[in-house]
Amino acid sequence: MAHEINEDLIRQIAQLAKLTISDEEIANYMPHMKKVLNHFSELETLNTDNIEPLITPVDLKSYLREDRVEKNISTEELLAGAPSSIGQLFQVPPVI
Amino acid sequence: MSTNSIDTIMSGYEVVIGIEVHVQLNTKSKIFCSDSTSFGAGDNENISPISLGMPGTLPTLNKGVLDLAIKTGLALNCHIRAKSFFARKNYFYPDLPKGYQISQYEVPICENGFVEFSVEGQPRKVSITRAHLEEDAGKSTHFPEHTLLNYNRAGIPLLEIVSGPDMKSAKEAAEYCKTIRSIVQYLDVCDGNLEEGSLRCDCNISVKKVGEKKLGTKVELKNLNSFRFIEKALEFEIERQIDLCLSDKKIVQETRLYDPDKNRTYTMRLKEDAQDYRYFIDPDLLPIIVTDDKIKQIQKAIPELPIKKAARFVKELGLSTDEAEILTSDKALADFFEMTSKESGYSKQASNWILGEVLRYTNEHHQTIQQIKVTPKSLSDLIKLIEQKIISTKIAKSVFNEMMDSGNSAASIIDRHGYKQVTDVDELEKLIQKVLDSNSSQVDEYRQGKEKVFGFFVGAVMKLTKGQADPDVVNQLLKEKLSGRKI
Repeated sequence: MAHEINEDLIRQIAQLAKLTISDEEIANYMPHMKKVLNHFSELETLNTDNIEPLITPVDLKSYLREDRVEKNISTEELLAGAPSSIGQLFQVPPVI
Repeated sequence: MSTNSIDTIMSGYEVVIGIEVHVQLNTKSKIFCSDSTSFGAGDNENISPISLGMPGTLPTLNKGVLDLAIKTGLALNCHIRAKSFFARKNYFYPDLPKGYQISQYEVPICENGFVEFSVEGQPRKVSITRAHLEEDAGKSTHFPEHTLLNYNRAGIPLLEIVSGPDMKSAKEAAEYCKTIRSIVQYLDVCDGNLEEGSLRCDCNISVKKVGEKKLGTKVELKNLNSFRFIEKALEFEIERQIDLCLSDKKIVQETRLYDPDKNRTYTMRLKEDAQDYRYFIDPDLLPIIVTDDKIKQIQKAIPELPIKKAARFVKELGLSTDEAEILTSDKALADFFEMTSKESGYSKQASNWILGEVLRYTNEHHQTIQQIKVTPKSLSDLIKLIEQKIISTKIAKSVFNEMMDSGNSAASIIDRHGYKQVTDVDELEKLIQKVLDSNSSQVDEYRQGKEKVFGFFVGAVMKLTKGQADPDVVNQLLKEKLSGRKI
């Protein structure tokens, strides 16, 4: 196993996911995470020598789209789905 | 070896530079969906559920993007992988709608290439580690109370060209970037516009003691939107880093920006809390398959590249290396020259006119070679008229200016002004006699050995003919007359 599940790792994972979690939650998640990881670590017992990594489960050749411009949905419709916008720009809380 | 002379070595330290160039591939539609890539569209005009990363949407690779990536890879002497993959680079930022950027990680499409160019006449070869496909992010504009987002750029196709850490001076780095730009312009895969961001050069730079194997701590310089700034920013950074080393201070691994007004670099963000991008293969996209046939077909479409063209101009058309390099730095300019040279039959003169008058005019009027009114054909006509001694070079310059302003042909301008060069010996003899008759004291001076006066006579004859006399003929006739034979 590459990582040992400890408090620091849980904090780091939460930070990467932009989540704020309390010490209590960390204590709560730790055993869950351990369980999940242990479950998947069973895979490591398999011998995968000489086996190509699986990139896609379906054996499809590549599929390419022609370089053609299409517009099926208006900007107004797409902006309408956003919680807030100004003019034709999406508005989010300040980033810096 | 003499090739070392352009390398920067200061106070026992040498410089190591590697560069990432983001090339915006000029397809009509985005890399994974059919949104337009048009520059200058209204805010969020070029978006769709796919570029906004809506749940349930799926990306599909644009065929045009793949062709341009292969073309660029081949021109950079890269190996093109028969099978490569897209990966997700995960990070959260509002300009990235999906929460990850689709890029390539372990298995890029192009690898192990090189580019050749010269720096102050010395040949250089820089390795290309890889060139991979990725999508651009959107544009955010920050205000104290909110951030606004325009996703027109989200999903614009980029090819990131990564060089080896092979460059050893600011000048060499700038030349490398110029070479990449001229290659992508020759290939017509990118317009190469640094100001508009269709070509972005990020420089990684470190310094180390001469001969030391281990690389120093590197600093990344971003947002350099002209070749001059690249060179200036690197020069500043080299000095800054060497100064830190000399005073035993630590160089911090960070990203810095360049302030052209103050000519200095400053911290943008530290890399201490290095991002963990958690790359993994994107399950939404199929592998990129490139067949040998495809490579052969694209190889055929690759035009002669600047370095080869310059060598040919020197070898076959007799230009100097400097002339050939300037003319080939821009494909349109090289084409203009080559057509003029072919049409007129005078390569050297064509080069002189283009590097002199044509570039002076385009610079003064902020025009590109494609915008000017003079064509290779009309410039050739002008050159031929000079070579046939119908007009003098001096008059040709005013004819040229009028051609540039009006778009009229040289012949029609010459006709209208009566500019034809006077080569008629009888007519010139009469004029010369007139000059000598009305300046007898100067004639005496000349005959008493004061040869400087000769220029005075030439000037007087040229004035009488409004500059249209053939100076060679005038010189010859004057000498004959003054030597006394004909007076």
